[in-house]
Amino acid sequence: MKFGVVVFPGSNCDADCLHAIQTVTGQPAEYIWHKSGSVDGFDCIVLPGGFSYGDYLRCGAVARFSPVMTPVIEFAQRGGLVMGICNGFQVLTEAGLLPGALHRNKNLQFLCHDTYLRVENNTTPYTCLAAEGQVIKVPIAHGEGNYFADPETLRQLEENKQVLFRYCDPQGEITPAANPNGSLNNIAGICNQQGNVLGMMPHPERCAEAVLGNTDGQLIFQSLLDFWQRRCG
Amino acid sequence: MFQAKIYVTLRKSVLDPQGGVVRKSLFALGYQNVPEVRIGRYMVVDLEVAHREEAEKQVKDMCDKLLVNPVIEDYTFELVEV
Repeated sequence: MKFGVVVFPGSNCDADCLHAIQTVTGQPAEYIWHKSGSVDGFDCIVLPGGFSYGDYLRCGAVARFSPVMTPVIEFAQRGGLVMGICNGFQVLTEAGLLPGALHRNKNLQFLCHDTYLRVENNTTPYTCLAAEGQVIKVPIAHGEGNYFADPETLRQLEENKQVLFRYCDPQGEITPAANPNGSLNNIAGICNQQGNVLGMMPHPERCAEAVLGNTDGQLIFQSLLDFWQRRCG
Repeated sequence: MFQAKIYVTLRKSVLDPQGGVVRKSLFALGYQNVPEVRIGRYMVVDLEVAHREEAEKQVKDMCDKLLVNPVIEDYTFELVEV
């Protein structure tokens, strides 16, 4: 399984993602420069965190028109695995690959701390190794992670079980106090209706090694590999 | 040549945390008659276009494609010949 990590000008979690993927999955991973016109040969594309194009205009709004996004969008529409973390999630919503939008945190602060997430759907490529309702600890680091969607979109997301991660307390309870940024329904991560495109604000690549004191993020990369190996028989 | 003055604001249904803080601050300054403040973005875009209709069409296109995110934002604009 070959991973590609897209590098936009201003991406700053690209090296962490590449390292985490290689370390956790043992699979090959390469950078893909934002001017690349092709994603041929890759099985999973990761849009990393950071501040693509300086977050000018809106987070992800300019990156969405990078040359590499044309093949990334085609790849996703063909069912290819595309995962956006933090700024990558913002790019995916701007590109229309995921519904809704991410705007300023409710308290206007840049938030950089651990959060607890409850896995809400363990039947996707990104969560297939999770136990039902498993709680994982994953850090966030963002100023604009406040998930918004209109009521009808929100209803569809819930109905289709597209909410994969919700901010919760350490016991797994979904409470207003556990919601760091004002996201509707405590949403921390969603997938598209087909389940092949994931967007999440928390950073699994920052907690995927014992040396960092937390390995909960491994779940997502290991799930992806497991999904892929089962699919390829 | 035309100049477009584009005003982008968060849609009514979207919480505007900046606007809320500014409203509270105004309240503290004695302006207790301000029920709401909405913070937005103001853009000035020059267009080398001869006709008003063409300029209007281009500005709408620009807003729909890039300048505005319709999920959370609304916009209005004025066109001035310069």
